[in-house]
Order: sequence, then structure tokens, then C-alpha cells
Amino acid sequence: MPLLWIVIAVLVLGTIGYVLGRRRAMASAEGDARSLHSLPNYYGLNVLLFAVVPALLVLSVWLLVQPVVIQRQVVNMIPDTAAQSAGELSLVMSDVRRVADGLDRAVELGALSREDARTIRTEFTNVRDRLASIGVALGDEVSSDVLRAAQRYRVLKTTGTIAMDAVVLLLAAIGLGYAYARTHKELRARNVVERAVLSLLILASTIAILTTVGIVLSMIIETRDFFRLYPWQQFFFGTQWIPSFEGGSELGLIPLLWGTIYITFIALVVSVPLGLFSAVYLAEYASSRLRSVAKPMIEILAGIPTIVYGLFALITVGPMLRDYFAQPLGLGTSSASVATAGIVMGIMLIPFVSSLSDDIINAVPQSLRDGSYGLGATKSETVKQVILPAALPGIVGAVLLATSRGIGETMIVVLGAGAAARLSLNPFEAMTTVTVKIVGQLTGDTDFSSPEALVAFALGLTLFAITLGLNVLALFIVRKYREEYE
Amino acid sequence: MNDMRVLERAVDNQDLKIAARDVDVYYGTTHAIKSVNVEILDKTVTAFIGPSGCGKSTFLRCLNRMNDTIDICRVTGDILLDNEDIYDAKVDPVQLRAKVGMVFQKPNPFPKSIYDNVAYGPRIHGLSRNKAELDEIVEKSLRRAALWDEAKDRLDQPGTGLSGGQQQRLCIARAVATGPEVLLMDEPCSALDPIATAQVEELIDELRERFSVVIVTHSMQQAARVSQKTAFFHLGELVEYGDTSQIFTNPQDSRTESYITGRIG
Repeated sequence: MPLLWIVIAVLVLGTIGYVLGRRRAMASAEGDARSLHSLPNYYGLNVLLFAVVPALLVLSVWLLVQPVVIQRQVVNMIPDTAAQSAGELSLVMSDVRRVADGLDRAVELGALSREDARTIRTEFTNVRDRLASIGVALGDEVSSDVLRAAQRYRVLKTTGTIAMDAVVLLLAAIGLGYAYARTHKELRARNVVERAVLSLLILASTIAILTTVGIVLSMIIETRDFFRLYPWQQFFFGTQWIPSFEGGSELGLIPLLWGTIYITFIALVVSVPLGLFSAVYLAEYASSRLRSVAKPMIEILAGIPTIVYGLFALITVGPMLRDYFAQPLGLGTSSASVATAGIVMGIMLIPFVSSLSDDIINAVPQSLRDGSYGLGATKSETVKQVILPAALPGIVGAVLLATSRGIGETMIVVLGAGAAARLSLNPFEAMTTVTVKIVGQLTGDTDFSSPEALVAFALGLTLFAITLGLNVLALFIVRKYREEYE
Repeated sequence: MNDMRVLERAVDNQDLKIAARDVDVYYGTTHAIKSVNVEILDKTVTAFIGPSGCGKSTFLRCLNRMNDTIDICRVTGDILLDNEDIYDAKVDPVQLRAKVGMVFQKPNPFPKSIYDNVAYGPRIHGLSRNKAELDEIVEKSLRRAALWDEAKDRLDQPGTGLSGGQQQRLCIARAVATGPEVLLMDEPCSALDPIATAQVEELIDELRERFSVVIVTHSMQQAARVSQKTAFFHLGELVEYGDTSQIFTNPQDSRTESYITGRIG
């Protein structure tokens, strides 16, 4: 039975259980829902959960375990010599699976009878030709061992699947029967459902956390491979970035890190004052009607795709900076520059700073404003001396979040600042960042055993460590702020 | 009502400080204050009493134009401070609030040190020429608010770290430091325990020597204890205004009598 069917069957059982459970609960209360412990729906859901959850759990575990078990059984049938000649045991095993799938397909199309599929031998039949005639291409002549292993594989798989179907359906039926038998007006069905909801929530958050852990682990493993091929001192302290796929590359982190820090710094110089001042205006001065229009307008900036910002940098800001600043000042002739990327990234970050700061300024208690106005302070004195100091931790948190957003930005940098790794103080010079180089090292034909490709993971992990640190710092500061005012 | 001892405190001053003539206040379309006339004397404690929502706090906030910060609030009529209309276009509300200080219901110290809290007003109004003078103003204000002995060793610690009663006295010191002529208090003791309340009440009596104090209170006992003049508000109207002893012993209006004997409110 295909997988989808068995799932549907279990769900149908569950639905039947729902109806039965509800009905039985109502019957035990003699039709009066008020004498039930829980609402009638809960009794139905209780039976449904008992029918569906254990069955589906067993199903998913079985699906994970069965291939491993079968593989272990079949591997014994492959002689060591075959494995050695093919180079890797895994290659032989994939051959076995391909032949087995081919036999399945042959049976399905009627080219082989079930009996034949189980008994054909290489000694009597050219399996490769037979399979090729129905469209299953095999790279190599099928050896007798592989064919026999494939036949064994098929048998095990069929038995396993039948056993699985039986066990899952039986379990669903048992769960249904058990919960149905327990259904009575005294049963605390809503508590059971409550626990099911709790486990669902825990499951969801566990998956989210495990994903993060998985991402970090995969980065760490690849990075370890990189450091086996390339000395870490040269990576962390190298001042040259000259990757060459013929070997002998210099993969120093410093120029990329410098570009990242420089561009992010310019972006913050642009976004923090603009964002903060507009937040102060919106929170303290603007009328509520203006605010309800202006705040969403600023937040639209956050919705523009970064590639569009990149285009803006490439065709507008870059040439403008070159023509009016860089060339008259004699500082360079490149339209791709740190200043271009920094300014455009700063515009992108304005809503991050302003929106969060606005919320934080609004969270400062009105009583502090009244106290200050009551002493004869003006609005700007109140903002400068009372509101901003009170909101400062939250604003710092907002700025740090904007920073980690800027550090991770790629598209604006590619189009605005170019892709040349360089260590320079001149803001009108093309430079590049860590993220751009990660993209650069992994696009095109890459050989994942060379340090030139693997360095991307080391760069990614470094970046991850930096932004993680900033986010933790931001969270810490924001939390401290919350404790003060709630 | 046995504890409602009305102290025999004569009103020893008849100088007019604030005069309100036909004041009406609207919040949007709500008519919150209806044609109120009241005369507040200098160096006197005046209490505003009345049930919740009767407009006494709203009226108090008119006296230093704190209602200006509320968009939908509209005030008509004349309020004269020393015979000058405070709603006149040439009056700067910021300067006015330095002259008419305010203490709020909930203690609201700034998240700054005790010293900076008190020095806040003098600094923004430029009341001191140097650090020594500022130190002197801070000490004098804290002494006047009866907080100096408790706070002198911890002036650099945050004002938010004080207890509720101390915080309220800090707010009073902060208001006193700008050298106001009138001090408005909006239920200054409603968030305080009885001991802190007693301290603040004692303080109010001392402040009378220098300022005109207007206090809004829910507690009739408190009004009787600290004030010389009492105004009773009901549904936005000023029902009765007179000497505290007269209001509490011989009210002229039946509504006043109902309120102080606990039948309305």
C-alpha cells in the first residue's frame, strides 16, 4: 500500500473515532452536555488523538529505520572483492538499489512476471538488456552478486512494508478502542487535549532549535575540513585575499572583515541619526494623524528587496558620488565604492532603527514626560534629558540589531562596492565584504575538497559568530530595559 | 467620621494668588468643567475634593496649562495668576510651569541620580551660576522636602531606588527646587502608605510658609487635616468653596453635606 494511503486510512480511523467518542460521551451523560467534565468536542478529540498520534509516530520511525535495517542485511551478501573493485561499498549499494527499482518497474510494466523477477539469474538472462528495453538504464553489466542482492532487497522491502502497514493500522485501531472504552462523562478529556497541544508546541520549538544547531554543526564540520587544508593563522591574520583555483591561494580574512566593518560603519553613520531623529519626531512631536501615515511610509523602506537598493546604488548613488565628490577631490574614479554601498545600506537600515526606537520611546511612561513638563521643561529638553536616557538601552538594542542586519547584507555590496578585496581607508575605493566573497567562492564550478571553496564555510562561521554575538548583546540590553519598566 | 478633626487653622493671609473666572473645559465634545469660579489665596493650602471623575484633577491641570499637552482639550474663560491671564498668547507655558510647579499622583522620579533629579529644574532654567550654588539649591530643596537626612549620603544613586514615600518627597523637592510660587499636587499621597502619607502631609503644612499649595485629594480626612480652604466639585461644577472648617462642619449645599457624610461619591 502506498504511503499516502496508509496515512489517509489512519486519519479516517481517527475521524471515525472522533464521532464515536463524542457520541459515547454524550450517551454516558444521558444527552446532557452540562454533566460532562469537558465539552463534547474534547471527548471526540481525545479518541482521535489516541488513534492517530501513536500510529503516525510509529510510521515515521519505521520509515527511518527500515532502510538501515535492510541495507545491513543486504550488505552481507556482497563479497569484499566486489566492493573493492567498485571503489566504495556505497557505490555497490546504490547499484543494488537501482537494479531492485528496475525489477520493480519491469514487474509493473509486465515485462517480467513476479516469479521471474524473483528467480532470474545472470547466468541465464542478460538483465541489463532486459531492463534497458523497458527504459531502466544501468551503467554496468549486472554481476550475479548484485542481482541476487537486489532480489533479496526487494523481498525484504516488500515484507517490511506489509509489516509496517499492518502494525500501523493495528496500532490505530488499538488506540481508538482504548480511548473509546475509556470515554465516560468523568474522563478529563480537555486535560488530555491540553497536554497534546503542549507537546505540539514543544515539538515545533524543538524543530526550530534543532535546525539552528544543525546549521551550526554543518558549518563547523566544513570549517574543520578547511582548517585541515589551510593554516588558521594565515586565515585569521592574513592581509591578502588572492584565491586561485590552481592552488597557492592567499585566503586572509582581514581585508574582507575590514570591508564589512567599514561599510557597516558608514551605514550606521547614515541610519542612526536619521532613524533616531525621525523616531523622536514621530513619537513626541507628530500628531497622531501624521504618525499613522508617516510610520507605515518609513516602514515601506524595510519592504524593498535589497537587490532594488543595489540597483539604486549602482545607477544613481555610485555615479553621483564619483562625479561630485570622488573625482573633484581626486580620490578615485570608481563608481563602485565603500561610500556608495554604505550610504545605500544606511537608507535600508533607517526603518530598523526608527521603527524599534519609536516603539521604545513610546514605552517610556507618560508620567516621566508630565514630570518634566511640570517643571517647565520644553519638549526638546524633555526628549534630550529624560526620554532618551530612559530609552537608551532599548535604542542601543535597536542599533545593534540594525548592525547585524547590515553585516549580513550582500546584494547592496555587490552592486554598490564591487567585489575587490582591498585594505584601504579611502571611502571612494571599491572594497568588498565577507558575504560577497562567500557567494563568489561558491558560484560556478566548485570542488568541495579545495580550500578555495571550503573557505566560504570558514567565512560564514566567522560571520555567524559576529552577528550572533551582536544579537545576544542586543537581547541582553533590551531585556535589561524591559525589567526596568514593566 | 470621628477622626475628621478640623484643625483650627485660621487663614492668615488674604492676598489673591490665582483667580479663575468662568472656566469651561472640553475634552472633544465632553464638557468636563462647567463655568468654575474660584479664588486661591497666597500662602494657603487649598484642597479640591469630590467624587472620581468630577473634574478636580482636570481643573488643577488648567492652572499650569498641563492640559496643553492633550490635543483634544479646550479651555475657555480666564485664569489669572497675579492678575495676569495665563492663557494669554504672550505667556510662555514653559515659563509658567516653572512658576506653578506640579507633583503627580504616582511618584515619577527620572531615571537619574537623586542629585540630578533635584538639579533638573534649576539646570534647565539656569537658576545657578556655578556648581556650589547648585549644590546649595539641591540641599535646600531636599531639606525642605524632609528628605535630606535620608538622601545626603546617596545623592549619586538613582532616584528610582528610593522607597515610594521617599520618591514622592523627591518629586516634591524637585518641584520646590525651581522656586515656584504655587505648588499643585494631584493626589500626592494616593500611592503611599500611612506613614509616608503623614510625612508628606506634614511637609505640605510647612510648604505653606512659602507657597500657595493646591491639593487634589480623595480623602476628606486629608483635606480636613492639611487645608485651610476647601472646594467641593461635583459633575464638573464647583458646588461649594469656603474655609475648610466651614465646609466640614456647616456645609451650605445639600450635595456637599451628602458627600462629606458619605452618601454620594
